[in-house]
Amino acid sequence: MPNEAVSTLTTARSSSKRPAGTLYRGNTGMWSWVLHRITGVAIYFFLLVHVLDTAMIRVSPGAYDAVMSTYRNPIMGLGETALVIAIMFHAFNGLRIILIDFWSKGAKYQRLMFWIVIAVWVIGTLGFAPIHLHNVFTEPH
Amino acid sequence: MSTIIESPRQPQQRASKGRVNWEKYGWIYMRASGVLLIILIFGHLFVNLVQGDGIKAIDFAFVAGKYATPFWQIWDVVMLWLAMIHGSNGMRTIVNDYASNPTVRRILLGALLVAAAVLIVLGTLVVFTFDPCSTLIPADQALSFCPVP
Repeated sequence: MPNEAVSTLTTARSSSKRPAGTLYRGNTGMWSWVLHRITGVAIYFFLLVHVLDTAMIRVSPGAYDAVMSTYRNPIMGLGETALVIAIMFHAFNGLRIILIDFWSKGAKYQRLMFWIVIAVWVIGTLGFAPIHLHNVFTEPH
Repeated sequence: MSTIIESPRQPQQRASKGRVNWEKYGWIYMRASGVLLIILIFGHLFVNLVQGDGIKAIDFAFVAGKYATPFWQIWDVVMLWLAMIHGSNGMRTIVNDYASNPTVRRILLGALLVAAAVLIVLGTLVVFTFDPCSTLIPADQALSFCPVP
């Protein structure tokens, strides 16, 4: 009986030539969960810094402009691009989670919704990244 | 030997009736605040990073202009509270998942609480006590519309 269950599982992924092993390799459900956690932690730590850098407006214009000039540094510009891409995944996958929880057909379509999240994420990235990278890599006028 | 096996879907017996189920409200909060944060953060990103010259145009005068209107003051403070609590509660979930040592866990949860409380208070005070023409600002950094002392 247990062997039967194993063979059912292995045939479900017949394309893989590697032995099944004991490591759970996951599926879209697991990877969306992993990405949601990683992006969430990254956004959290940026939020801590972002409240502090904005607090500089209460110190002096010079202090705030000094902090902002570091944000215009190309390396920081790439970091901001990554941050916004992370925010977009977290936002779209968050909506998918809400639909899985509250929509009666959410669980049934969770895999389709994952790929919709990825598609909207790619479109959002293609919309945002060129605009932001242009602003980062061109001189202010 | 007869052992009674409960039905798998048997609702858990409440240890004490009438107590608030905080985990349930935390679960609801993550979803409700998440939807609001999508509107607030995407609006914030659009106005600050996409419109006009984006990051190039952000300086003291830009923020001063935004905080001259109650609209952006309230937008940012609501966003601050919702995001700080949403993020801290998410980090709490992760700490509870991975910190197996009770002392380490308590320290990390305490740090999350302190960070959230300090930054919420700091951020709220900054937004509502901000004065673009504060007399504390050195004269050579003052904005052009501020009265010359």
